[in-house]
Amino acid sequence: MTLLSAPPRTDPTTAGPAPLAPAARLLPALAAVYRAQLARARVARIPLLFVATFQSVGILVMMRGVVDAGQSTAARSVVAGSSVLVVAFVALNLLAQYFGKLRATGGLDHYATLPVPPASVVLGTAAAYASFTLPGAVLTAALGAVMFGLPLGQLWVLLAVVPLAGAALSGLGAACGLLAPRQEIATMLGQLGMSAALLLGVLPVDHLPQPVQWLRDLLPSTYGVEAFARTFAPDPDWTMVLADLGVCAGVGVVSLTVATWAYRRAVAR
Amino acid sequence: MSETAGPAPEEAPPCVAVRDLVRTYRSGRGAAATEIRANDGISLTVRQGEIFGLLGPNGAGKSTLVRQITGLLRPDAGSVELLGHDIVRHPDRAARLLGYLGQESTALDELTVALAAETTGRLRGLGRAQARGAAAEVLAELGLTAIAQRPLAKLSGGQRRLACFAAALVGDRPLLVLDEPTTGMDPVARRAVWRAVDRRRAERGTTVLLVTHNVIEAETVLDRVAVIDDGRVIACDTPGGLKALVDGDVRLDLVWRDEAPVGVPAVAALRERAECTGRRWTVRTTPEQARELVAAVTTGPAFAALDDFTLATPSLEDAYLKLGGRHGGLAK
Repeated sequence: MTLLSAPPRTDPTTAGPAPLAPAARLLPALAAVYRAQLARARVARIPLLFVATFQSVGILVMMRGVVDAGQSTAARSVVAGSSVLVVAFVALNLLAQYFGKLRATGGLDHYATLPVPPASVVLGTAAAYASFTLPGAVLTAALGAVMFGLPLGQLWVLLAVVPLAGAALSGLGAACGLLAPRQEIATMLGQLGMSAALLLGVLPVDHLPQPVQWLRDLLPSTYGVEAFARTFAPDPDWTMVLADLGVCAGVGVVSLTVATWAYRRAVAR
Repeated sequence: MSETAGPAPEEAPPCVAVRDLVRTYRSGRGAAATEIRANDGISLTVRQGEIFGLLGPNGAGKSTLVRQITGLLRPDAGSVELLGHDIVRHPDRAARLLGYLGQESTALDELTVALAAETTGRLRGLGRAQARGAAAEVLAELGLTAIAQRPLAKLSGGQRRLACFAAALVGDRPLLVLDEPTTGMDPVARRAVWRAVDRRRAERGTTVLLVTHNVIEAETVLDRVAVIDDGRVIACDTPGGLKALVDGDVRLDLVWRDEAPVGVPAVAALRERAECTGRRWTVRTTPEQARELVAAVTTGPAFAALDDFTLATPSLEDAYLKLGGRHGGLAK
């Protein structure tokens, strides 16, 4: 069986290097990765999003037994912490696992043999994971506000909190996944990060010992929680909200830069 | 050893030029670590429009070689040129010159077939409409349209492989590097792959570098093949040229119903020389001896114990074994 015909004659006189195909530009490539990841998340991650949301709702119920309803710092931070926990679960934990798996199985080769800027792969994936958490975070926040007798009018702030906390946490998650020497370690780091976000974000800050509070200040999700918690107050201090969100954005830029560097390192030739 | 260059099908300019490539790995930890030379001075030239195969057992160094050609791995020493571009110095250029089908599909697994192909096209620099059009065309060409909306993870191994091959084709490249493209495929899918490859070569002069350990495939589709063993090119020629190395010898395969009748002297003598795999015995010998052996086993008690026998002209595998390939791990 000869299925293959002879090759066409190529003119041997054409000297010099062949023209290079154009490389993909940052934004279109980012959009393509984002779209693909979002579609992928729809197929594969919906059960996990349920888990993330139920976990947060469960924590709300549990904390309701300890914290009274009504305007109090404790009530605000429980509701805000549980909402941001959905983001931490998906953006930090699942993204660390995803990149850990991609790296361990050689899946990164697929991207490394395509002419794409590394930032588009990392940012597109991170953005998809973060935006996927929005429904769960909104649901948790609404349910929490009702349970703890807090106003519902400021839930729109989540439209800023989720992307910014999402950027900070997903950058951290991606960096963990890409830097971990083994897949199991990536999984472990993601889960540790999520546990930290859970304990340090949900527990009312007044009850924490000083060293734990310092640790809390180091965690990027804290500022998302703080910003969101402030908006439940009867007369929110919007300057402080903006300041907290600014910290989130700053940490987001840093952590996504680190993640992009980690990606470059992981596909290093 | 450098290449024992066989005649290129045409004196076309080189597409892939690899010179004295060395890549070592460290295996183990600390003081017990040993250095493994995965590629030990490999040189070969793939001409434009050629379908060139890398044949060798597992662990021979084929994938290491391909990873250096695709810019995924930097060689310790030596040079890699793709269509006139120095890939050791500019590994990022490889992605703009070649389409690569690796062995893993984890990056695409949860996408639908259509989205995997379209996204890969977009990441190869195509616009959205262009990528969508090109993806639809390739899926139709490979007969994947019916399963275009199913996620890769839900497909059978062969279908998934074909979908990944489709993604590798979207966004034309002058060179395709395919690492065992037909693994797990049924004959229909395999034919679709070779037809697509053939079409690209006929219409656009596409060059194909193929990693395989499937001898039948190597014999039927390749223009030239480099046999790689222990990190070296031990031969490089057309499949016919390689088989000429073992010209004159034939291969006799005997399959016994049950126990081999070692009471028959000819069979007892044969056992010393044959390669025994369960009830199958294989012996490579001259046609005269083979005739005598066939005569001996097709009479009397030996024939009664014989389930099947075949007498065949040499295959690439025989050539490979004759060349001194030590692992014998090639698929038939």
